[in-house]
Amino acid sequence: MFSVEHVSKTYNTRMGLRRVLDDVNFTLGRGRNLGILGRNGAGKSTLIRLISGAEAPTSGSIRRHMSISWPLAFVGAFQPNLTGLDNLKFICRVYGVDHRPLVPFVEEFTELGLYFREPVSHYSHGMMTRLAFALSMAIEFDCFLIDESIVAGDMRFHERCHNELFVKRKDRAFILVTHDPQIIKTLCENASVLHEGRLIPFATVDEAQAFYAQSLTMPADTAEPA
Amino acid sequence: MNTSPSLANCLGVQRRVLFALLMREVITRFGRENLGVLWLVAEPMIFTVGVATLWTAAGMNHGSAIPIVAFAVTGYSAVLVWRNSASRCCSAIEQNKTLLYHRNVLTIDVLLGRTILEIAGATGSLVVLSLFFVYLGWMPLPVDPLTVVLGWVMLSWFGASLALLLGAGMAFSPIVERLWHPAAYLLFPLSGAAFMVEWMPLRLQNVVLLLPMVHGTEILRQGWFGNVVRTHYDLGYMATCCLVLSLAGLIVLREAARKIDF
Repeated sequence: MFSVEHVSKTYNTRMGLRRVLDDVNFTLGRGRNLGILGRNGAGKSTLIRLISGAEAPTSGSIRRHMSISWPLAFVGAFQPNLTGLDNLKFICRVYGVDHRPLVPFVEEFTELGLYFREPVSHYSHGMMTRLAFALSMAIEFDCFLIDESIVAGDMRFHERCHNELFVKRKDRAFILVTHDPQIIKTLCENASVLHEGRLIPFATVDEAQAFYAQSLTMPADTAEPA
Repeated sequence: MNTSPSLANCLGVQRRVLFALLMREVITRFGRENLGVLWLVAEPMIFTVGVATLWTAAGMNHGSAIPIVAFAVTGYSAVLVWRNSASRCCSAIEQNKTLLYHRNVLTIDVLLGRTILEIAGATGSLVVLSLFFVYLGWMPLPVDPLTVVLGWVMLSWFGASLALLLGAGMAFSPIVERLWHPAAYLLFPLSGAAFMVEWMPLRLQNVVLLLPMVHGTEILRQGWFGNVVRTHYDLGYMATCCLVLSLAGLIVLREAARKIDF
């Protein structure tokens, strides 16, 4: 079980306080999943940071009764001087897992070859994404946090990610945020729309899609102080 | 379902995270080229040797009974241990913010990790240099090693508590670092590294003894040189200062952790 209760987040801007999330509520059971639709600037990334615990909410609470991953395939925490292997070791130490049995999987999945033992600063963007995804799969979680916009790559990579995440780990819960209704339709059993700081739940994915399509025609949310 | 972990579990996680951060920091800062991790000790050593050379040329021991090299090594090492920890922690949270996506990594781990590394480097530098200079006969062996350790521990505690406070304060305003650099520069000549309190006129003695690190440096030299020198310190005063700084640091950090924005 995982629950977000009355969560709000306000940021200081030069224009005054700006409320990015306003009284967001939802719960997610073990093995369930939720798709969150929102257009650019709707607060999707903020929500991801709050759920992962990188930032604290201004008010409200987030209760985690299951283990939740860091944002899937997040490359931001890589140190350029560290090799792929160093990064695997770092993650494993942080989560208390022996890295040795995981090396073959990561080497095979990332197809980095010699580069697995080279500093990340020599990697292409694609190599970095493959490594980040493999590290996300190396540690087992009850619930995966997926920001669709960061899982980019070629078709083959997409298929392999899909296989690891939604086939091999189909018993796990996940939260997926995206601006693409098609992805939600394919992968999620429930959908909500993040609109003007509020998370609006819908009974079916189709209803969420319809509301989202309609919301896209409204004028963009202006940065008015809360 | 009860998910609140025990204290032992938490300490276990923290120990692992600290180890992970230390390994990461060492490779990030020093790489694997040439000396690698040895730079951790080599860098402060080079500083200390440089200062010892300058002070020898300038006759900074003012004709006291202490050999000048021993005076410089004890004094400058004492500065390094508190100043470097504090300086390295100013930007620590900002530079490691993305690691907070991993729920096990907390802001205090980031600050502690850097502090441990700086204290280890300064300690290594002091040990290696003093062994070398003792071997050359330019420095005596410590008269009372336990007092030396006490002084060093107190200086390290002072450095760690200052680092905690400044590192946490940076989450509120970058002014902290702007002010810290001139403060560190101005505190150096007042820190007791380049003088003994005994050499000061009485009125000045009372002023410099307001600074906690002066006490630590005096304890260190008391232990090293024994009764050849006359030292002035108050262990209780220094411990109180460190305790207050530590508590203040922890309180500010608790607030800072809630304030960190990306």
